[in-house]
Amino acid sequence: MSDNRRITFRNPADERPLAKLTLILLSLAFLGFFLFLPLVSVFVEAFRKGWTEYYEALVEPDAAAAIRLTLMVAAIAVPLNLAFGLAASWAIAKFEFRGKAFLITLIDLPFSISPVISGLVYVLLFGSGSLLGPLLKSWGIEILFAVPGIVLATIFVTFPFVARELIPLMEDQGTGDEEAALSLGASGWQTFWYVTLPNIKWGLLYGVLLCNARAMGEFGAVSVVSGRIRGITTTMPLHVEILYNEYNMVAAFAVASLLAALALVTLALKTLLELRFGAGNAGGRH
Amino acid sequence: MEVTINNIRKEFDRFPALNDVSLKIGSGELIALLGPSGSGKTTLLRLIAGLDFPTAGKIFFGDEDASHHSVQERNVGFVFQHYALFRHMTVAENIGFGLKVRPSATRPAKAEIRKRVSNLLEMVQLGGLEKRYPNQLSGGQRQRVALARAMAIEPRILLLDEPFGALDAKVRKELRRWLREFHDRTGHTTVFVTHDQEEALELADRVVVMSQGKIEQVGSADDVYDRPGSPFVFSFIGESSQLPVEVKDGAILFQGQPIGISGADNGAGELFFRPEDVSLTDVQDALFGKVTASRRLAGTRIAEIDIANNGHPPYHVEVEVPLQAQVELGSEVRFRPTRWKIFKK
Repeated sequence: MSDNRRITFRNPADERPLAKLTLILLSLAFLGFFLFLPLVSVFVEAFRKGWTEYYEALVEPDAAAAIRLTLMVAAIAVPLNLAFGLAASWAIAKFEFRGKAFLITLIDLPFSISPVISGLVYVLLFGSGSLLGPLLKSWGIEILFAVPGIVLATIFVTFPFVARELIPLMEDQGTGDEEAALSLGASGWQTFWYVTLPNIKWGLLYGVLLCNARAMGEFGAVSVVSGRIRGITTTMPLHVEILYNEYNMVAAFAVASLLAALALVTLALKTLLELRFGAGNAGGRH
Repeated sequence: MEVTINNIRKEFDRFPALNDVSLKIGSGELIALLGPSGSGKTTLLRLIAGLDFPTAGKIFFGDEDASHHSVQERNVGFVFQHYALFRHMTVAENIGFGLKVRPSATRPAKAEIRKRVSNLLEMVQLGGLEKRYPNQLSGGQRQRVALARAMAIEPRILLLDEPFGALDAKVRKELRRWLREFHDRTGHTTVFVTHDQEEALELADRVVVMSQGKIEQVGSADDVYDRPGSPFVFSFIGESSQLPVEVKDGAILFQGQPIGISGADNGAGELFFRPEDVSLTDVQDALFGKVTASRRLAGTRIAEIDIANNGHPPYHVEVEVPLQAQVELGSEVRFRPTRWKIFKK
């Protein structure tokens, strides 16, 4: 047949070109203004006085101490929350027990309360007016206004990330593969190592990335417990704020640019994971 | 390996899934657990495997009390309904898994594992697919990989949960025949769960019919079809019709009228008969009703007949009639069961 008229079928979910264009432009404008512009301005401000100033601001002793402290806190908090998140999501997804709903709510708690409150909780627990604080102090252990307090507050704020990522994934996968492994003679540990872990590894990695980003960037809770002793208990976000309050813009934004770069690396890794293993797998969502 | 199940009871949240179930499975037997969903057949299979543990009762493997043995200690081959193949492992890795996780004292060398895997693949007719991943296989191939994986650990018994449930009708038929041959060749004691009676009757040496957490009857295909032991078995296996009757002085009465057949025990009961065990007749002492539909079923014709029930909804029965018989819709048909069974109320 030689029919010149082309028949076009429109996807019923498709919108008219004008509506499509408007929606796309709107979201682009919104993202550009609220996300891209601030991000660019961080780097512009950081490099305003050139590379040398930028470099100086980062290697100056207080800044270097803040970077070291941030890395150390993340190095403690992230593995602990990895272990905790795995244990909690394993328990929730694979077993039935009393109080399961309560445990899920409890895991979400740090998401639902303000980080400042999370910090204050530790002040109440370990402060000079508390029961524990003076006792620990008499043994020479400082929690508040010291590194342990910062670590505790960071763990508290970041503990939902891994568990939240894994629970839906593991619930979705059920216990079939584990039962198969056990029936083939594998021990509990072998089952975890050879079967469960490979099934959840991308979700786990994604959860760890998010957890790490938050652990390094946490401000509120850490700010309350740290006491901001410059060069000793200031993490990178705290150090940025101190510099900012001193009108030391270039230095403030130089340190801030490191945190921004961390966010960008996290994003890039996440995108890479999704590209490599399919959109559904890396984030563990369907 | 003989398996003996003694007075097993299993409760989930105090709801009994199995209630006082006992069963003896002979060595080398091929047994089907048949029942509707919720009858407890899968629960029973999982209890035998050690994937669940009974609330009460004992399970013996041979003379050994396995009731408290873990699934690993029982050394059973379990084929899961959806196969549960490890998707990140190749076919060869899947099949070799049970050997790889053995403690070093009993673990075969790598080359030995490879050899055994390829032997098993030959046995399930999948030679050459070692490097494939499960998602690159068809449903029937996955099923056979799952079977090879279960066989790799040299299990004492083989347990299969709805082994053909997820396959299309043609593959299902082929695999059914194949599994029977496989069983006859390897001689493993095998138990499989199914809700498909045709599958159970064709494949199994003995069929265990289950309903509501209880075993209704155990027997060969002939036993459960020709000599059903309970109303449930009669109506669950094959086609059947039932009518309330009364036995009086040796005669079976329906709605107070003799229907030309005789029974032994006096009293009220339920008369069961199959569509093919019926003969059409002209005599007065017979069941009669109006034809509401007739359908051609392969080599036979089935007439659906409504029997009036003074004012209440009519009784509905199905009767096989000769292919050439004139069964016009609305016409009256008289018939008598030639084989039947009465279950006392």
